[in-house]
Parts: sequence; C-alpha cells; structure tokens
Amino acid sequence: MIESLTVLYGALPYLFRGTLVTIALVAGAMGLGLVVGVNLAVGQVYGNRWLRKAIGIYIWFFRGVPLLVLLFLFYFGLFSLLGINLSAFTVAIIVLGLITAAYQSQIFRGAILSLPEGQLKAARALGMSDRKAIVLIILPQALRLSIPGWSNEYSIVLKDSAVAYALGVMEMMARAHFVASRTYEHLPLYFSAGLIFLILTYLGTKGLRVLEEKVRIPGYSR
Amino acid sequence: MAHRKTILRIEDMTKRYGSKTVLKNASLSLKEGELKILIGPSGGGKSTLLQCVNFLVKPDKGRIWLDGEEIIHSRKKELYAYRQKVGMIFQDFNLFDHLTALQNVQIALVKVKKKTKEQARTRAINELERVGLGDHIKKYPAQLSGGQKQRVSIARALAMDPKVMLLDEPTSALDPELISEVLDVIINLRLHGMTMIMSTHQIGFASELADELVFLEDGNILETGPPKKMLSDADCERTREFCSKITELYGNSF
Amino acid sequence: MEELLFIRFEVLPALLKGLVVSIKLIVPSAFFGLFIGIIIGALRVYGSTILKKAADTYVLIFRGFPLVVQLFIWYFGLPHIGIYLSPMVASIVGFSLCSSAYHSEYVRGAFLSVKTGQTMGAKALGFSKLQMIRFITLPQAFRRALPGCGNEIIYLIKYSSLAYMITCIELTGQGKIIASETFKYTEIFMIIGAIYLLLTTIASWILHRVENSLLLPGFEHYKA
Repeated sequence: MIESLTVLYGALPYLFRGTLVTIALVAGAMGLGLVVGVNLAVGQVYGNRWLRKAIGIYIWFFRGVPLLVLLFLFYFGLFSLLGINLSAFTVAIIVLGLITAAYQSQIFRGAILSLPEGQLKAARALGMSDRKAIVLIILPQALRLSIPGWSNEYSIVLKDSAVAYALGVMEMMARAHFVASRTYEHLPLYFSAGLIFLILTYLGTKGLRVLEEKVRIPGYSR
Repeated sequence: MAHRKTILRIEDMTKRYGSKTVLKNASLSLKEGELKILIGPSGGGKSTLLQCVNFLVKPDKGRIWLDGEEIIHSRKKELYAYRQKVGMIFQDFNLFDHLTALQNVQIALVKVKKKTKEQARTRAINELERVGLGDHIKKYPAQLSGGQKQRVSIARALAMDPKVMLLDEPTSALDPELISEVLDVIINLRLHGMTMIMSTHQIGFASELADELVFLEDGNILETGPPKKMLSDADCERTREFCSKITELYGNSF
Repeated sequence: MEELLFIRFEVLPALLKGLVVSIKLIVPSAFFGLFIGIIIGALRVYGSTILKKAADTYVLIFRGFPLVVQLFIWYFGLPHIGIYLSPMVASIVGFSLCSSAYHSEYVRGAFLSVKTGQTMGAKALGFSKLQMIRFITLPQAFRRALPGCGNEIIYLIKYSSLAYMITCIELTGQGKIIASETFKYTEIFMIIGAIYLLLTTIASWILHRVENSLLLPGFEHYKA
C-alpha cells in the first residue's frame, strides 16, 4: 500500500505532463471538429444536392469506421502515400478532429434546423448575402443551442483520445501504462489515469455549462 | 339480511402529504354483498381512501381487517396475497399497454396465482365474455374505446376471484355515451352479490343501487346513511348542500 | 492484377480469420452488456437507496473511464491480484461492462417513462415488485429503450477494434499484422474500414427488424 503510494507520488509529475498532452489532443481535435463540423452542417442544410450527398458520405464514413482503423489508415497509410510526413500527435488530432466533425455536424445541423425560418428571411430582407446571413445571424444562434450536445461530444473525444496511445503518442494513458510496466503497480496507475479522465470530463462539462449560461439569450431555452 | 358477516373493516385510516391531511381517521365496514358509495367533492379524499384500502397509498395510521384477519402491510407476502383478494378498478383503467385484452386478464392468473396457461386462458375468456368483450380479446388497449378498456379492467379484477371490489370513479374518464356500458356491468355485479366500495359522481346511479352513501369532504367522513335519507334530508348541512348541487348537475336518474 | 490476386489470396483469408474473432467478441459482449445494463438500469430506478447509489457509481466509473483504461485494468491490472484473463475474455469483460453502463442509461430513462398507472395496476393485482418489473414494466421499457440500446450496439462493433490494444488479434489486429508485413497500409485499412461499415449496416438492419417485430399498437411513437 505504502509502496504503491510512493510510486504513484513519484509518477504524478510525469502523468501530469501526459495530462497536458491529452488536453492538447482534445483541444486540437475539438477545434478542428468545430471548424469542419460547422461547414459540414451549413453545407448539409443550405448546400445543393451534390454537396449534401458528398457530406452525407463523409459523415457515413467517419461515423462508421472505428477510430483505431482510421488512425492506422491515416498514419501508416494515406499520409505517407501522399508523401506528407506528420507526427503521430498531429495525425491523432486530425483523425479525432475529422471524426468528431462528423458527429458535431449533426449537432449543429439540428440546431440550425430548430431556428425559426423567419430569421434567414429577415436577414435577406435587409440585403445580406446568404453567406453573411448565415455567419452573422444563423450561426451565432445555432452555436449557442449546440453547447449541450457539444459538451457531450467533448466527453467522448476526451475518452477516445486515449486510443492515440496506439500510435505511440505519449498522452496520459500511455504514460500510466509506461510507468505501470516498469513499477508493476498497474492497478493504482490505471485507476489514477481513469480518475484524471473523470476529473477532466467533470471540469470540461462544468465549464461548458457556465459558458452556456453566460452566452444565453433571454427567451431562449432548450 | 342483518346477519350478514362483515367482510372488510377499516379503522382510523389517516393519510398526510406533508402538512396537509388528506384523510382523517376514516372508519368504514362492509358486509357481504354490500355496496357502499363514496360521494363528495373532488379532492375530498375518496380516491385516497380507496387507494389506502389496498395500500397503493401507504396510510400513516389505520388498520384493516379482511374476513376478520388483520392485514399487516409491511409483511410483503401478506400484502401481495391481500391485494389478490381485493379487486381494484381505476378511473383511468391502467390496463397494461403492452398486452392484449386477453393477456391483461390472464397475466396475474399465471404469474401471481400460478395457474396453468390453459386454466388462465379459459377463465380470462369467460370473464371477457361476461363483460361483453368476447369479440375483442386479441385487441391491445390502444385499439379499444374507453368503455371497453374499463370493462377489460373489470374482467381482469374479477378473474382474481376478489372478495371485495374497490371502484375509483370508474366512469369519470369516459365519454358520456360510453358510461352506461360500464354501469351495466357494475349493476350486474351488484345483482350477483359482489361486495363493493365505489366512488362516483353519478348520483342517480348511486341512489338507486347503493346500500349506503358515504359523504367525504376535506378528508373527513361527515355522514353515512341510506341514499334516500342522504339525498332528501341529510343530517349534515354540507351533505345537503353537496347533494342538491350534484343532483342539479347530473340529474336524478341514470 | 498481381495486386488483386495478392489481396484475394493473402489479405482476405487473414482478414476473414480476424473477422471471425471480432464477431466472437461482439456477439457475447452485446448480449452480456444488454443483460447487465437492464439489471443496472432497473436497480437505478427500483433499487433501495444504497443499491441506487451503488449502481450510479458503477455507471459513473464505466462511462467515465476511457474504454482503453478499462481494458488495461482487466488485462494488465488483474494479474496483480491473482486473476488472469485471456485477451479474448478480458476484452469481452471490458466491452460488456462498459456498454452495460451506457445501456443502463437508456433502460433507466425508459423505466422512468412507464406511466405510474401501469405499476399501480400491477400492484393492485398482487404482483410483487420483481414480478411487476419482469412482466409489466420491463416489456414496455425495453421497447422504448431499444433504439438507444441499438445505437450502443453499433458503437460496440466499432469499439471492438480496441481489443487489439490488449493483444487480442481480431480484424484490426490481423490487418495491422499483414499491413506491417506488406506495407500495403492504405489498401488493407480501407478494406477493413469497409468491413466495419458492412458490419454496422447489417447490425442496424437486424436491430430495425427486431424493433419492428416488437412493435405494438400504442407504442408506435417510440419508434426511432
């Protein structure tokens, strides 16, 4: 017991550096997912038939193929085939980001569709281009409505980020395993890693709830 | 008639929700074959009293005897056995939505009374035919009218061979034109000597059939008496007021 | 041409072997996951205060810990307290418990959506609590939980690839092995991706069939 605690205590700084890597992975992936996801959603709602079809295929693919398979496909396959040399960390962010983009797009799409039709009409009536109307009028409202769904997606991406270990990214889980296999204190280390994930989930969703309150428009409720 | 034995005895039943007392020291007894009808304004405690009788609502105080035996509701087995002997009809039917009419009647026979499927089936069909639903046994609750649903629920209760039936406003969720088909079934039960307590606003029906009317207001049993007396010259001022108002509203006949 | 022959005679047989292992992982995990999920879901609704708390904690941990962490605990962690699980068994245990936590969420919601009249009706007929759950509320709740639980099973199919990380050589693992031997990563992982897409498509078709076969009058609006 004492021994385990000593090992754990010694490993903490190392784990915390891993936690930072995990946070960077998740932040990068969620950011990429936000940018790509918003575009997918707008394309799916306002785009022409072909664009909608193409986006549909994108979503079907990235939601249907397992994360691990996509990580291998992109890291060992596609990128090297194209002659692009990216670090495992970068590839992990891209893959996690492209997957969550597919899921996030459905959250945004739902939010856009839930807005009253009059919003877009009024913006057009003021002489705004569709593009301007979407950026200035539709998205600010839709993104606010998307926060709860986004928060859910955050907790999923956070947990999925541990799979990046398969590419050798030294995020928190990888480090916990690394220390465990040298000290033979597997259970305490895995539980600590699990707890850190729980805490990160808690902090993230709590933060997003605060954000949701902060940007709430009077009269809007979900 | 005076020597009929008492089937159900309720003493000092009290139920509070927070600081509000919805039932105060209600006592009641029921002889074999007797029909007592609870009347009184909505929220007066009729429904609570009926639900306390089979412990669907746990009374804070009070004792119950069935056939001279006291029911201790904290003993689970005793409670379940007791409830099998007390049939309950709800205002909104509470048929099991995932089962056909036949299965609704059958299920407690098989799973609770441990009868064989065959016995249960025969019995269930008999009961459904008795309430005039022989042609509808394969239908789900969603496919039945309100009156039909209530008749299934009566068949379901009867199949358990209850010693007493509790009917909690069995017709108030029904469209007016469907009320009589359910009342007919209840009249039939009465003629066959079923012991019943029923709450209702059908005052005409109550006065024709009940042995006694029980007037409840604000959780108190204010007065009990034969229908004629209760409706024409009740002792209690509030009873008279209520009865004249309700007679006006629902008419004297049914 | 040579490429095609290679894929036909070298890659596909190996992947097929992996696919069989994947299915051997997925089917029992889906079954146990749903079974345990129903029990946990029922405890969270009908259990005593202590049981409710325990079940809630169970869900917090099995939903909150990443699946990889859970798999590592079962496979690398348990031997330290004297329990040795094969990669296959550790994977099935990990998948079942994790997905049971998610199933229990849908089941819990579905139990809570059963109208109180249904439980009143059952109690009035003398059903015990267990009989009431088994014969009245569960059949109704299950129908309502099915779309959510079906989604969870689709997730399970995809997450079954993580068994690779505790050395259980299923479809993804087989792919990784032949890809490292032949350096045909792109082709092989595209094929594997297609197989997973096929699996999830078949699974959702089956789940729809099950949903439809359980459909009853009065329950239509719960259809996904």
